[in-house]
Amino acid sequence: MNGLKPAHLLTATVSFVLTIGISSRAQDAPDVGPHPPMPEVQMESHIGKLTGHSKDAKSDFRRYCAGCHGDLGDGNGENAVWLDPKPRNFTLATFKCRSTLTGTLPTDQDIFNSIGRGFANSNMPIWNTLSNQERADLVAYIKTFSPRWQKEKAGDPIQIPPEPPVTIESISHGKALFTKLECWKCHGPQGKGDGPSAATLTDSQDQPIRPYNFAAGKDDSRFKCGSTNQDIYKIFMTGVDGTPMPSFADTIQPNDAWDLVHFLRTLQVNRHSKENDVLKAAGGKIPLYVEKQAEAPTSQPGNRAAGGGN
Amino acid sequence: MRASCHCIAALAAVLCPALMFAGTISGKVTYTGTPVKQKPIDMSKEPSCAQQHPTPITTETIVTGANNTLGNVVVYISAGADDANAPSQTVTFTQKGCQYIPHVIALHTGQELQVSNADQTSHNIHPLAKVNREWNKSQPPGSPAIQEKFDQPEFISVKCNIHPWMHGWFAVLKTNHYSITGDSGGFSLPNLPPGKYTVTAWHEDYGTQTQDVTITGNETKSIDFSFKAKAY
Repeated sequence: MNGLKPAHLLTATVSFVLTIGISSRAQDAPDVGPHPPMPEVQMESHIGKLTGHSKDAKSDFRRYCAGCHGDLGDGNGENAVWLDPKPRNFTLATFKCRSTLTGTLPTDQDIFNSIGRGFANSNMPIWNTLSNQERADLVAYIKTFSPRWQKEKAGDPIQIPPEPPVTIESISHGKALFTKLECWKCHGPQGKGDGPSAATLTDSQDQPIRPYNFAAGKDDSRFKCGSTNQDIYKIFMTGVDGTPMPSFADTIQPNDAWDLVHFLRTLQVNRHSKENDVLKAAGGKIPLYVEKQAEAPTSQPGNRAAGGGN
Repeated sequence: MRASCHCIAALAAVLCPALMFAGTISGKVTYTGTPVKQKPIDMSKEPSCAQQHPTPITTETIVTGANNTLGNVVVYISAGADDANAPSQTVTFTQKGCQYIPHVIALHTGQELQVSNADQTSHNIHPLAKVNREWNKSQPPGSPAIQEKFDQPEFISVKCNIHPWMHGWFAVLKTNHYSITGDSGGFSLPNLPPGKYTVTAWHEDYGTQTQDVTITGNETKSIDFSFKAKAY
């Protein structure tokens, strides 16, 4: 080592410089183009007793999902240009159907349910052809696309008190809330999706989007995030992130929320429901809601006003 | 640890106030060319707001003053003065007359933001964040202020989906050294210790510009920014 001749030193230096030059040029390549290189992250999902592993979903994702959602999960698959609504961009980690508050990550179960349910009025089919394990693995895979999943925990699912019985009073109060909270501004006075602001709505990617039309169709198949009364409760309390539909969790008390659910069911005029039966029995007309606050100081301490419900 | 740092800083500030936080960077933001004319906003779909504006207000994308000065520009120290701590005071953002007041706010990461609704109509506050969490909350008349904060620096476009003309910006910064120009275009960044700084001027439509400034002591450095107006 001591006997390095000047010539050797020179070649060593030259080759060193060359190596640096080449390697720095080689490093340029991945930065060119729209996508940064995706680090290989492994994620897990937990759905009941199932544990999903992202590494096991690689081929399923490429085979079944990447055509629309893209190899990089950014919603730019080769079919995306033809689709409306656009495929979800998983790199934003913004999800429509959640049991958690607006701005928080959904639970693994929420995403698992979305895959199995598909999205009505979109090109996202019902993936019930995949096994539960495959779907759990895909949930884990979806979580590799945004660093948020490594830094944050999923939000806490909102607390839903047991559903009170449907009465004409609850429907009437729900209608008063629908008016007061101005749900009709977008959804229209009859819930037909034709409110004064409906035509101008865009989602967070600047794509035009329609408010939900409750009156169309005979059944619940068009609900995006599930069709039980609990699912409807969840939709307006958590909001539909990435769309104009805001969260009402800060503004509606839990029991009042159930009244709103009962009223929303009566907007589905062609669907058979307990809410429509109650309405029919009451003569088909929703009575005007009268505020009961006058009697509050003496009777029923902490009943509805407290709103806890649990 | 932090308390003792504060004590030393306070002591030093008392002993040599001129040397401690001496420098100021100030100047003016102007434009060249012809800015696009702002359109009057039709609020007829929201009568309770329309009647608050006997003369219709216009969009606020481009706000200008005499002598080609440019308003609503956030001028801030983008390098050289990273403040780790958010100030304890709350930044407020109000919805009044179906308009965001002010149109642009700046706040530190982690600083408390308070959004209130002074109108007789519901609004939904929808910050279209890409780096931070995107959220969307309804705020009916008379409801309490919404408290939020943002973790990451980002210029976040804010809108109300119910009233599509409502548009504003949250400038979430990593520094407390910022200034938002009024229509006179002036800004001032005081209390800068000696050092090398990068000053960035951001405008929602005209983009960003930066300049490097060195503060050596008790001095006021004057810099100006000039944006080229977009022709559409």
